[in-house]
Amino acid sequence: MYVAAKGGEEAIAAAHDWLGEMRRGPADLPSLSLEQIAAQLSLCVARVMSEGSLYDEELASLAVKQARGDLIEAIFLIRAYRTTLPRLGASAPLDTGRMLCERRISAIFKDIPGGQVLGPTFDYTHRLLDFALAAGDERAAATLAGTAAQHRPRVSDHLGQEGLLRNEPPGPETPPDATRQPMELPADRALRLQTLARADEGFLLGLAYSTQRGYGRTHAFVGELRIGSVEVEIELPELGFSITFAEIVATECETVNQFTGSRTEPAQFTRGYGLVMGRCERKAISMSLVDRALQWRELGEDDTGAPAQDEEFVLMHADNIQATGFLEHIKLPHYVDFQAELELIRRIRATQATGDPTGTAPGGRS
Amino acid sequence: MERPDWIGLLARSRPDHLAALMAELGELPGHVWLRPPETGSVMVRGRAGGTGAPFNLGEVTATRCALRLPDGTEGHAFVQGRDQDHARHAALVDAVMQGDRAAQARASVLEPLARDEATRRETTARKAEATRVEFETMVRGEDT
Repeated sequence: MYVAAKGGEEAIAAAHDWLGEMRRGPADLPSLSLEQIAAQLSLCVARVMSEGSLYDEELASLAVKQARGDLIEAIFLIRAYRTTLPRLGASAPLDTGRMLCERRISAIFKDIPGGQVLGPTFDYTHRLLDFALAAGDERAAATLAGTAAQHRPRVSDHLGQEGLLRNEPPGPETPPDATRQPMELPADRALRLQTLARADEGFLLGLAYSTQRGYGRTHAFVGELRIGSVEVEIELPELGFSITFAEIVATECETVNQFTGSRTEPAQFTRGYGLVMGRCERKAISMSLVDRALQWRELGEDDTGAPAQDEEFVLMHADNIQATGFLEHIKLPHYVDFQAELELIRRIRATQATGDPTGTAPGGRS
Repeated sequence: MERPDWIGLLARSRPDHLAALMAELGELPGHVWLRPPETGSVMVRGRAGGTGAPFNLGEVTATRCALRLPDGTEGHAFVQGRDQDHARHAALVDAVMQGDRAAQARASVLEPLARDEATRRETTARKAEATRVEFETMVRGEDT
């Protein structure tokens, strides 16, 4: 029997009214503008764009504000909005080698052409709370060098010249799209990279850390990490040419991994790749470690049973909106399901008490 | 600057900056829509390892439109973001750039936008350069 129950409309309306009031906070404090959120909480906004998989700073800022700073809720809002947008086309693949870098470092070569450029990093700060900031002292002015190159060559080109770095295999010009087709396993590298690019940062961080601790060890070094602006180009068929219509900030990480060779590949350095929209350095590094761990099949390595090597485990659990949707639905009304479970437990108890295997003895209800 | 360059420059410009520069153009002819502004998304692709097989990275918002001036000139726009006035302004400038007021549009709209973009890029590059590490190598011992 199915019984529909209605109710709670007034309670829900009142809950949402209170939510609105709580989101706003005390009325005597000024409200945050979207520009303030985009400018001063820019790494929140970057995470929402990356995991929401939609690059639009204004929308991401609105989502952060509406979600009271709950980033997964904000990502949910962006994902929902994204589904309302018609797809106008696909860009040409980004040329990240032509990135206007604000940060670019290599952990494997000290003297890379273009140099070690730290950019606005938290690295080398002392991680001490800045009480001067709390008191309103905001010194904020970057140093300007006299002149500067706008492009810095890729570190992998440098290492690749000796032939010691595995070449990236080519693939189809039109990659599979996880937002359009259900995931099919085994997934090719393009589908894995797309899934990882929109995956939860914390999940990727945990998996990447597990590979460092020995669960699918890959001996990764950061060959290059770069953050900066990349031009986005699209072909306009109605005009018959391509234009550079957008500029986005992206974070790219390439790890190189010691590889002593396998049945199919010679000893060389292999690569793991991370590319994320926005300034998301921790996620890009994590992504490249997980990408490398997932390549065991292509490289002829052994499956050690490590979680990070398990494509199904990684790809099916990496999306925080899918995960939170399924996880949080268990708090919504399950009165009927639970009633059935309650009946079952009562019947088993009655059976145990009376020894009646049919469970229809007095006390057991049906 | 050829047509693909200026359509791109207009697309990447800040909507409020472009709107302010439009005022310098003075009165513009009326237009009819060939395609009214439509906001959607573009799937941005990357390449595995930066140079390998393409993959879908994520989407970026974009707005496109097309219009026609009374003399028959068509203007097209495909701009980053969701600002429909941005797209309309960009398409108008594209149309004007194909007519006899091109020199004026170039001087009062395109050149300031190009200068603004170049300055922004140069400033970022100079800030980055200031954070470039100069290594000092220290030698110990008496070997020569």
